[in-house]
Amino acid sequence: MRVLVCVKRVPAPGAKINITADGQAVDTAYLAFTTSPHEECAVEAAVQLVEQHGGESTVLTLGPAEADEQLRYAASIGVNKAVLLPVVENDWDPQRTAAAIAAAVRDLEAADGPFDMVLFGNESADSGNFQVGVRVAHALGRPMVNGIKGIDIDGGTVRARREADAGVEVYAVPMPCVLGVKEGINLPRYPTLKGRLASKKVDVAQVSPQGEAGGQQMVTLLQAAEQVSQTVMLGNGPEAAPAVVDLLEELGLLK
Amino acid sequence: MSALVVVEHDRGALSPATLEALAAARGIDAEVHALTLGAAADGVAAELAAHGAAVVHQVHHDLLSDYGPEAWGEAVAQAVRTLQPSAVVACGTDRGNEVMAQAAARLDLPFVANCNEITTGDTWSIVRVRWGGSLLEQCTLTASTKLVTVTHHQFEAAEAPAAGATQALSVDLDASLARTVVAERVERAAGVTLATAPLVVGGGRGVGSAEAFAPLEELAGLLGGVVGCSRAVTNNGWRNHTDQVGQTGTRIAPDLYMACGISGAIQHWVGAMASKKILAINTDAEANMVTKADYAVIGDLHKVIPAIIAEVQRRRGA
Repeated sequence: MRVLVCVKRVPAPGAKINITADGQAVDTAYLAFTTSPHEECAVEAAVQLVEQHGGESTVLTLGPAEADEQLRYAASIGVNKAVLLPVVENDWDPQRTAAAIAAAVRDLEAADGPFDMVLFGNESADSGNFQVGVRVAHALGRPMVNGIKGIDIDGGTVRARREADAGVEVYAVPMPCVLGVKEGINLPRYPTLKGRLASKKVDVAQVSPQGEAGGQQMVTLLQAAEQVSQTVMLGNGPEAAPAVVDLLEELGLLK
Repeated sequence: MSALVVVEHDRGALSPATLEALAAARGIDAEVHALTLGAAADGVAAELAAHGAAVVHQVHHDLLSDYGPEAWGEAVAQAVRTLQPSAVVACGTDRGNEVMAQAAARLDLPFVANCNEITTGDTWSIVRVRWGGSLLEQCTLTASTKLVTVTHHQFEAAEAPAAGATQALSVDLDASLARTVVAERVERAAGVTLATAPLVVGGGRGVGSAEAFAPLEELAGLLGGVVGCSRAVTNNGWRNHTDQVGQTGTRIAPDLYMACGISGAIQHWVGAMASKKILAINTDAEANMVTKADYAVIGDLHKVIPAIIAEVQRRRGA
């Protein structure tokens, strides 16, 4: 089977996220970058599907030239091909991003044949617009379910599982399809040394992204109101236990 | 013109999140309508009226007998074409964001997810959530019909009695949309979950191993709570992802969250910040979790937790 997985390069923040002086971006001077967590799992899912069913996997990203790093990381754990849609501006809005990805998928399919499955992350860690995968699926005329934490192939149908409040929902989605994956579907592997070396040689295809600006435009990033807390120190080490249990009692948890 | 609220329900059981969307919609348009999908939801009309719905549009269709993102999204899109509302509002839950994205794609309209503040006008000015809530974004929304979801727990549900006149609305859904309707469902076993537990005992990298979670399990068991963990723990394979608290795991809101050996990276913090009280147990007095917590014990969790267990047992025995 042929699987495409779409990922986003995002900063890897620690305890606090700082904003640049112009308010247009996260200050990444002291930050590393990573693949958005849900998408890290989507990459692993793509590799596993090809291991189990044969075929090949492709990773695609729309982002800055530096997103080459995330494409090669995917290649280092076993993705076969990589495609970069380079943009120089900060984030494209979700309508524009989806239009560019849908157009690129059509081009890739015209050249190499259709994808049986296109994977996205449930939402990106940074902008969290919850819609690019859905829009791409609609543009391609394919079924799409988000929030997937289990994938089983049953002939031409994917049995996709999703956790809901009432229990686990199972969707029986015919391929070709688009799925949004959630972290927890698998535990992504670490690249081997051999994989890392091989990933340096992968040819990253560049496709010029095409898309009209949409109706949602960012003005500025803002810090969330800091939750100010005067931490009450209950003590040091095991001697603090009585104070902790007093607190449990006060909160009605010691029944 | 009116603001149309997409009602979230599960086989006829109203999601309380919908009442938050109704509260937000009342700030957007003087007239608020609600849209229920599937005959199972007919019974919720009175509650929608009590929370401000002047009209409840009811859609009946075989493909709406259970949840399906495409059938729901297409039904919303057709309702928008028929009713021409000024805005469409849902709550930013998994289903709310998914249905609104489906409707937006079909209408070729923008959709702004997880809004905290909305200033209306020709072009709307919106403050919305980024990074799961640790950062915000101010953006503009320009569209003939504005599609938004509001951040869950951001708007408070409030009664505001309105007429709630029910009206049937017909939609034409293609049979192919059955492809994404829920095919089967495995019901959850009854019991306390991470999302509903009154006490969560969370462990982080500082716990050190899968086996070292045993005292945390024992303490949670003694107090009717459950064990949670940070992403570092899941990534190390010490615990299942279903126990993960955070932006990409479960968002918790217990009476008390005991965060043990957790540094408090934003990925974890945004999942824990709705806890009513937080107690951090950590060797590092400068850890983000400690400085943000309501209470802290500075010390080694491997010594502190057994001491707490012993003290609980001593008082119960007394």
